[in-house]
Amino acid sequence: MRSKPFLTVAHRLAILAYIVVALFPLFWLLKVSVTPNDLLYSEGVRMWPSRATFEHYTFVIAHSAFPTFFKNSLIVAGSTAVAVTILASLAGYALSRFRFRAKYWIVALMLVTQMFPLVMLVAPIFKMLSPLGLTNSLTGLVIVYTAFNVPFATFLMQSFFDGIPRDLEEAAMIDGATQFVAFRQIILPLTLPGIAATLGFVFTAAWSELLFALMLISGNDAATFPVGLLTFVSKFSVDFGQMMAAGILALIPACLFFLLIQRYLVQGLTAGAVKG
Amino acid sequence: MASIDIQDIRKSFGTFSVLHGVDLTIRDGEFIVLVGPSGCGKSTLLRMIAGLEDVTSGDIRIDGRRVNDLAPKDRDIAMVFQSYALYPHMSVADNMSYSLKLRRTAKEKIASAVGGAAAKLGLDPLLERRPRALSGGQRQRVAMGRAIVRQPKAFLFDEPLSNLDARLREQMRAEIKKLHGDLHATSIYVTHDQIEAMTLADRIVAMHAGVVQQVGTPLDLYDRPANLFVAGFIGSPGMNFFEGCYLVSGDQAELRLANGVTLPVPQRAGIEPGATATLGIRPEHVVLDAHGALEAKVDLIEPTGFGIIMHVSIHDVPMKIFTLDRAMLDPGPAVRVDLPQERLHLFGTQGQRVE
Repeated sequence: MRSKPFLTVAHRLAILAYIVVALFPLFWLLKVSVTPNDLLYSEGVRMWPSRATFEHYTFVIAHSAFPTFFKNSLIVAGSTAVAVTILASLAGYALSRFRFRAKYWIVALMLVTQMFPLVMLVAPIFKMLSPLGLTNSLTGLVIVYTAFNVPFATFLMQSFFDGIPRDLEEAAMIDGATQFVAFRQIILPLTLPGIAATLGFVFTAAWSELLFALMLISGNDAATFPVGLLTFVSKFSVDFGQMMAAGILALIPACLFFLLIQRYLVQGLTAGAVKG
Repeated sequence: MASIDIQDIRKSFGTFSVLHGVDLTIRDGEFIVLVGPSGCGKSTLLRMIAGLEDVTSGDIRIDGRRVNDLAPKDRDIAMVFQSYALYPHMSVADNMSYSLKLRRTAKEKIASAVGGAAAKLGLDPLLERRPRALSGGQRQRVAMGRAIVRQPKAFLFDEPLSNLDARLREQMRAEIKKLHGDLHATSIYVTHDQIEAMTLADRIVAMHAGVVQQVGTPLDLYDRPANLFVAGFIGSPGMNFFEGCYLVSGDQAELRLANGVTLPVPQRAGIEPGATATLGIRPEHVVLDAHGALEAKVDLIEPTGFGIIMHVSIHDVPMKIFTLDRAMLDPGPAVRVDLPQERLHLFGTQGQRVE
């Protein structure tokens, strides 16, 4: 087929337009974070300030509570991602491979949990966590996030397990493995892309969650960074420079995380398993 | 190696019954082929022997030991899957040694077992490759290698050649037969391909709709099919059938077809005169003879290179003839044929063979 130059150009332009629209807010974040306070309102709308500075970054790192928020977020998002992925792998495998009596109802209930606006659940959850001493605590946040993310992650993992031929674990079981050994040594390594996707999805969800973090955490000590960002909003002003700098810094772990797992995301590991 | 004893095995999925009581005794070192159309229960039976499906009722014994409730790993059998089911994240060598590693076999023993199997199957240069870097035939060989390194009590094959192209299938078929000749391992082989069944089996088990139709040597099934199903399933092109009314007058018997044509048949005590019966004759047994008793209109000629398949009709009843006579490439509008009495098969009202 001969390509038509006009269509090719239009195609590329459309992609370019999409990328610009998607990335422009990030660029603006960066731009504001390096704009000195005195130029922020005086220069009008410009693509780049006439003078750039890193003073917001040094302030945020050295003189604000941001490092604490950052550490808290890392702990919460990391623990949630790991806990959810372990639970979701096991549950997803069960849903994919086993036939058991209440399966239909379990799936239905898991779907139901996804149907409510989370705001509705804030009060009851607070009521439940409070007597357990789990408000204002990172553990409480991890538990809540895990509970909310497991259903979707389970469906995600189930679809990955569904894509792995049953023959493989049957072959392993005939070769002398128990079902659990077959799961661990044969199926799990082939699900790495799924595990990576689940880890990434849950990590980012927990990393940027605001509602529950805001409601369940009151002091600075246990605040995650989305809550922490609000500390840059004071009664009379918003320190945009510092807030944007903190935002840029908060992007780093998520980017690193995806850089780390991206090779599993794109890999089609099951190629060559079955069929000719 | 081992014998396998199957007694009144039944299987249902919910209310749907797949196997209706199968009995089968497989001798030590025997090559058994389970053959039948899709959905006849042959794969289910194999998977029950492997332990991958629960037994609804009945007993399976391997070497005299009841294995109904044993996990697959404790049955000491090996299986070759249609999809090969190679572990994609492991090299060929690791694929083949996985079962031995699970059994904590000594390293040197594993190396020599894998080396031996690889040499036997011509896999030496491929041992470090991943399955995805192999061709279909090579993957099939690795799957067989994985089975033989372990020296199990029995080999189970679940349509192992179905994913290969025709030429490769022919080649692997011969290799499997040769391998069995070397190892004399008890083998159960499932296929829907009657040629594979005929060429490989010591004994064939023909199955249909969850019931064993006939057990016997390949030539038994070819020469003396027990019923219409086996008669039609074994042989290619398939047997010709004529259904009609079995009539006896004096010492002559004949079959009167619905369209009024009568065909002389041998007299059989097993059929009531006046009952419906079916006459069968294989296409290769129909004799083309210029002085033959029947006239057949030629409908279609299919040259296969080796021979010729002629589609003809006798008073609108279709029949196939297989001949090696090249003159029949252009036979004209009609030919004369004979149906030799000694080649005829007769089946009673229920489809059972009548002697």
